[in-house]
Amino acid sequence: MDLTTYIKGLKLRNPTILAAGILGSSASSIKRVIRGGAGAIVTKSIGVVPRDGHKGPVMIKTEHGFLNAMGLANPSYHEFKRELKESKGEVPIVASIFGGNAEEFKEVALGLIEANPDAFELNVSCPHAEGYGADIGEDPNAVENITRAVKKAVNVPVWVKLSPLTNIVKIGLAAQRGGADAVVAINTIPAMAIDTESCFPVLGNTVGGLSGAAIKPVALKCVYDLYSMLKIDIIGVGGISSWKDAIEFIMAGASAIEIGSAVYEDIRIFRHISEGISRYLQNKGFELEDIRGVAVK
Amino acid sequence: MIPMDAEITHIVNETPSIRTFFFDFSLEHIPGQYVMVWIRGVDEVPMSLSYPNAITVQKIGEATSKLFKMVKGDSFGIRGPFGNGFSLEGRSILLVVGGVGAAPLGALADRAKSDGLRVETILGAKRADELLFEKRFKEAGDLLITTDDGSLGHKGLATDLVGEIDLTKYDAIYSCGPEEMMFRVLNVVEGIGMSSRAQFSLQRYVKCGLGICGACCIDPYGLRICRDGPIFRGDQLTETEFGRYMRDASGKRVKI
Repeated sequence: MDLTTYIKGLKLRNPTILAAGILGSSASSIKRVIRGGAGAIVTKSIGVVPRDGHKGPVMIKTEHGFLNAMGLANPSYHEFKRELKESKGEVPIVASIFGGNAEEFKEVALGLIEANPDAFELNVSCPHAEGYGADIGEDPNAVENITRAVKKAVNVPVWVKLSPLTNIVKIGLAAQRGGADAVVAINTIPAMAIDTESCFPVLGNTVGGLSGAAIKPVALKCVYDLYSMLKIDIIGVGGISSWKDAIEFIMAGASAIEIGSAVYEDIRIFRHISEGISRYLQNKGFELEDIRGVAVK
Repeated sequence: MIPMDAEITHIVNETPSIRTFFFDFSLEHIPGQYVMVWIRGVDEVPMSLSYPNAITVQKIGEATSKLFKMVKGDSFGIRGPFGNGFSLEGRSILLVVGGVGAAPLGALADRAKSDGLRVETILGAKRADELLFEKRFKEAGDLLITTDDGSLGHKGLATDLVGEIDLTKYDAIYSCGPEEMMFRVLNVVEGIGMSSRAQFSLQRYVKCGLGICGACCIDPYGLRICRDGPIFRGDQLTETEFGRYMRDASGKRVKI
């Protein structure tokens, strides 16, 4: 079954994409995910200067899902260029970038452009790094300006990743006004856990983001709402771990889906989900295009 | 899992820089597996289990310094055990141990001995007083000692002896210690076509311990130390970054 997926300016062999921050920190881990069947890759979020990330615990598995506060650890765009170059080839590589303002976003984008990323994903939604991510992403003017600044600076597609704890349609529309080619919904949901033995918050950063199955219904509603109001492509992400989850997102209007925490079970999850989507479409006698947004009544 | 609360039941001063912290429960584990040790308010660091109910730690950074200030009755958090652990193979094995690398290999020696295997150990340290688990390895089988300064045993490196003995008589070789040392062991076993019979315990910047974040992946196959490892066969490590470079906390490549 042909699962070729088009997101403005990009052609994917299937609609499964590696989400930012997951196994995307080196060319070798990216290539392993490509061997696992991913249709595209979003890298770890890259910034202007190296960051070691937060102190641990940086990620724990709970009964509700995964909690993380990695803290935007990255080696800076200077160092990451070579990983990006070595990753290129088989599938589109989307560079996730972050900054404290439009100038920094532009600097990182221009800094990486010589490594020829196929697109950029702007991280205006990370919930656990002060002055970055969601701190910026709740301001529609900031999102519009950052998107416009990066769009003007580069000639590849620009995606904007949104936080669920905002008026997401308002922020999505701001990204669209700024010239975004797609929005990605959602980033993790702000969350925490407390160790009752020691009375300490478990995450080294105290607070972080929740991912995994628990957030799927929330993400699905965000995609549904965005699809109703935006003209640009929506990429769905949040708790997807099966082909059925993926189909739900596509029916809510997603052009493609990203997978993050579910690599915990198996890095070949991308292949499994693509195969499941194929079987479903065959059984139903549908093409992928037939079901996009079909549940938006 | 939320970290379990591990209360310190007693502390053994093994060497001037290494202590064993016993805690109030035992973990079913395979020697070579590790736990994430949470020093609350400081950081979380990966540590091999040296006994089912203990970690053996060298004071090197912020978290271990705080741990060294702890006393009986204090507690830290533990997640795990994680990773694959060593696979005991054959009837006669050689352990090549450097410094605090004795932590997981001490546990392996105990297991091998109780399984009835013949165990030989080459144990190296900087000085005689830094030799870890000397008695434990001696009880498990034959022991050869090397010290950098010659204060006990052979003067030089554990790998000096590895080059001198006939390795083909062992069914399997296990090594843990400084990466330079393990890399030399790898080169020796590779030279005689035995790399698939050697197992190495790798150290990298393990962050999530779950195989998700990617911080500890090694080039070029993207093997995750935290989940696919930390134990790898020699033939998985040839032509990789092992012995050459690693990545720091930010992900930047640094030379070994």
